[in-house]
Amino acid sequence: MGDIAVEARSLRKAFGEVQALDGLSLAVPAGSVLGLLGPNGSGKTTTVSILATSLRPDSGRATVGGLDVVTEAAQVRRVIGLAGQFAAVDPNLTGRENLRLIGRLSRVGRGQARVRADELLDRFGLNAAADRLVRGYSGGMRRRLDVAAALLHRPAVLFLDEPTTGLDPESRFALWDSVRGLARSGTTVLLTTQYLEEADALADQVVIISAGRVADTGTPAELKARLGAVVFQLGFARREAAEAAHSALASAGYRPQSDGACIQVRSAAGSGELTGLLRALEGRAPDPVSVAVREPTLDDVFLSLTSGGEAA
Amino acid sequence: MSTIAIAPRQVAASRVAASRSVASALCDTADVAWRNLLTQLRTPQALVFATVQPVIFVLLFRYAFGGAIHVPGTNYVDFLMPGIFAQTVAFGAVGTAVGLSGDLRTGILVRFRTLPMARIAVLGGRTVADLARNLLVVAVMTGVGFAAGFRSPHGAGSVLAALGLVVAFGYALSWGFASLGLRVSDPEAAQAAAVPVVFLLVFTSAAFVPASAMPGWLQAFGTHQPVDALVNAERALILGGQAAHDVLISLAWSGGMLAVFVLLAARTYARMGRLRFAGVNRRSAGRVRELVQG
Repeated sequence: MGDIAVEARSLRKAFGEVQALDGLSLAVPAGSVLGLLGPNGSGKTTTVSILATSLRPDSGRATVGGLDVVTEAAQVRRVIGLAGQFAAVDPNLTGRENLRLIGRLSRVGRGQARVRADELLDRFGLNAAADRLVRGYSGGMRRRLDVAAALLHRPAVLFLDEPTTGLDPESRFALWDSVRGLARSGTTVLLTTQYLEEADALADQVVIISAGRVADTGTPAELKARLGAVVFQLGFARREAAEAAHSALASAGYRPQSDGACIQVRSAAGSGELTGLLRALEGRAPDPVSVAVREPTLDDVFLSLTSGGEAA
Repeated sequence: MSTIAIAPRQVAASRVAASRSVASALCDTADVAWRNLLTQLRTPQALVFATVQPVIFVLLFRYAFGGAIHVPGTNYVDFLMPGIFAQTVAFGAVGTAVGLSGDLRTGILVRFRTLPMARIAVLGGRTVADLARNLLVVAVMTGVGFAAGFRSPHGAGSVLAALGLVVAFGYALSWGFASLGLRVSDPEAAQAAAVPVVFLLVFTSAAFVPASAMPGWLQAFGTHQPVDALVNAERALILGGQAAHDVLISLAWSGGMLAVFVLLAARTYARMGRLRFAGVNRRSAGRVRELVQG
C-alpha cells in the first residue's frame, strides 16, 4: 500500500527530571506490524500513550491515519484500539459486560456492541467464560479479553503495549496467532515488547529504542544480517583466561565481546571462521573449555546497541 | 474558523451536532455510571460498610452521647439527624476519589482515555453512581432515624427538602474529590488525603454540637463553610425557622462548589500526564504470575 498509518516526528516528553522521550521518530506503513523494542524505562509505553492520545507530547508531532493525535484526538480515537498491560478491563464485570460497555463507549451502537461482543468472545475462545466475572480469569484470558476490547470498533490501527508480558508460553503463542490474524486482515499493528523473540516472530519492521531515542531500525532479518552470519561463544575456565583471549582476538582484527569468562565473536564469514579464531588464540591464551556456534538473535543486536558496541 | 463568516446553515448544523454530542455525552455518562453501580453491587462489602457506618453513628450519637448533650428547645435526635446526614454524604464523597484512583490503578482509565467517548463521562459516570449510592444510604439512615425517634414537626415534605439539599451538597463535593482521585493512583492514599478534609468540615460545623459551644476563632471558620451552611439549612427546614435564607446559602455553596469543581476536575482529566504506570506494571505482573503458577 505504501501509505503511512502511524507517524511520529521528534517526539519529546519529560516527566519531571526524566526525559522519557528524547526526539523519537518512527513510521508504520499501513497494514504492517511494527515492533517497538526496548528495555524497561526506554520510553515504549510513553510512545504508545502519546500515539493513542492518552498523553500529550512536550514537543514533536504524531499522526495516525494522517490525523494529529493532539489537535484531532477525537477523530484519532475512532480509528485506534489500545490493549496492553496498562489499558485494562474491569475485573468486576463479566467478559461480555466489559465488551458491551467498551463497545457502546466506542460508539458502535447498542445493538452492534452486542453483536461484536459475541463475535469477539467467540474469536478469542472466551465463550465458556463470557458470563463469569473477569476477576476470576487467568492471566491469559484477561489479556485476550483486553485485545478483544480494543477491537470492538474494528480499528484500523491497533496498539499493543507489552501484550504478553508475564504470560505463560501457551497463552503467549495463542496471542501471537491472534496478532498474526489481525495483520493478515489488514490491521496496522504497533506492538511494544521487551522480548526480542516476540518482535522477531511478529514484526515486519523493528524499531529498537533506548533512553527515549531510536537506536536502530530494520527488518528482523536486516538487523540480524548486520551482525554477521554466526556468533561464536567461547567459554574459558577462568576470567583471566578470557581476558587474555579477548586481547588476542582483538589484536587479530576480531571484535570480541566479553561476558565474564565467556567471549562472543560475531562473524560474517560463517562457521568456517572457527579455525581462524582458534589460530588467533594459539600460544596467547589458554584453550577455551567450550565452543558454541549459533545464529545471531535480536538479543545480540540489542546488546551490541545498548552496550555502545558497533554492529559489525 | 472564527474570522470566517458563518452561514446560517452552518450554525444550524453545528447546533444539531452540539445537541447530538450532548446526547451522546449523557449516554456515555449513563453507561459509565451503570458500570460503576454494577461494580459496587459486586463488591457488597464496600456498600455494606458505607451503609452500616452511618447507621452506627445514628445509634451511637442518639443513645450513647444523646443523654449527655442537651440542645435547648429540641430533642437531640432531631438536632442530630441533619448533622449525620451531612457527615454521611461528605464521607460518601470520599468514595469518588477512591473509585477514580482505583480506576487509575487498574488501568481502565487509560482505556477510557483512548475511546471515542465523551471525556466528561468518566467523571460524570463516577459522580452519578456515587450520587445513587448516597441516595440509598440516606434513605436507610432516614429509616433508622425514624425508628430512633426522629420526627419533623413540619412533616415529611420538609425532611425531603432537607435531604435534597444534602444530596446536592454531596454531589458537589464528589466533584471536588474527583480531581484528587485523578492525581493519586493509590486508593488508600486517596482516602487518607480526603478524610481529614471531611473531618475538618464536619467537626468544625454545627453538625453535632451547637456552634456557640466553640471558641471564637473556631466559630469564625466553622460558621463560614459549606457543611455548616448545609446543616443550618436542614435544621431550619426540619425544626422550623427562617428556612429560605439558610436554604439559599446552602444552595449557593453547593452550586458554586459544583461549578468550580467540575471545571477543575475536567481540567485535571484533560491534562493528566503520567499515569502511574510503574505501579500498575508491578502489580499486574505479580497477579499474572500468581495466576500462572496457580
